[in-house]
Amino acid sequence: MGLSISVAVGLYGISFGALAVAAGLSVWQAVALSALMFTGGSQFAFIGVLSGGGSLAAAATAASLLGLRNAVYGVQINALLRPRRAVRPLQAHLTIDESTATAVAQVSADERRRGFWAAGVGVWVLWNLFTLLGALLGERLGDPAAWGLDGAAVAAFLGLLWPRLTNRDAHAIAIAAAFVTLVAVPLVPPGIPIILAAAVSAAVTVAQHRRGA
Amino acid sequence: MTELWAWVLIACGIAYATKMAGYLVPDSVLDRPWVATVSTGMTVGLLTSLVVANTFVTGTAVVMDARVAALVAAAIALWLKAPYLVVVIVGAIAAALARVAGF
Repeated sequence: MGLSISVAVGLYGISFGALAVAAGLSVWQAVALSALMFTGGSQFAFIGVLSGGGSLAAAATAASLLGLRNAVYGVQINALLRPRRAVRPLQAHLTIDESTATAVAQVSADERRRGFWAAGVGVWVLWNLFTLLGALLGERLGDPAAWGLDGAAVAAFLGLLWPRLTNRDAHAIAIAAAFVTLVAVPLVPPGIPIILAAAVSAAVTVAQHRRGA
Repeated sequence: MTELWAWVLIACGIAYATKMAGYLVPDSVLDRPWVATVSTGMTVGLLTSLVVANTFVTGTAVVMDARVAALVAAAIALWLKAPYLVVVIVGAIAAALARVAGF
């Protein structure tokens, strides 16, 4: 399981690398995001806000908000694997969707630990290699729009969103976020609509949770 | 160091601090159902906003152009359970073709 996830995720790196360069990052800035930020959704958000003309602060804010779920994963992994203190800083860096999903899917403590590290290290290595490859390709492509790279960005975000639209609550949040974004775009600077959409999504989620509780 | 590099590194630092918080903050603070619920809901909202902004927005204007073709084509590919990379390539081809066709 760890290996198949690693290979699949490594391939996303090509899209990220090419889109990062199209958004105005250098090859090494794209690789720095993959090596140091290492959480795909946030990295795509960072370049997505920049390519839409948003400010660097708005890009960093959107990326940071999308990364909040990693704190929740950290709590789960910390409780499941009970890592030694010395290992935690490295384990935290590898705490992402894929490594967490692989760990919680296993039954024994040993398998969980193996699954987490196999997926975490495997994804990190491939994600960075393919980011570099995608960024070098993107650099050679030239005009992003002529190659449909702006369309690739749309598809990349839809591909990240799609598996999360699993129930009516998620659909309602998506509709609210889309509405807020379209209404806010002409009124506020680029990059800010996504922050407003995040705030409204959080509010809608809390309301749904209260209703359900 | 350029401003872009500085913000890349700041955002990376925040991402790492967020991950580390999960390991350092006492369970009682983060391990509550609503924390996971809100973070899940906000992830859906942020990704939706990114889809909409990248499809319909240029600067501060809402527009319809070749990117709408990418959105539709990618949705069909996802509905047909195509792998992620295929979905992205289909989106690129659709936008490029729509642009050639004059949209």
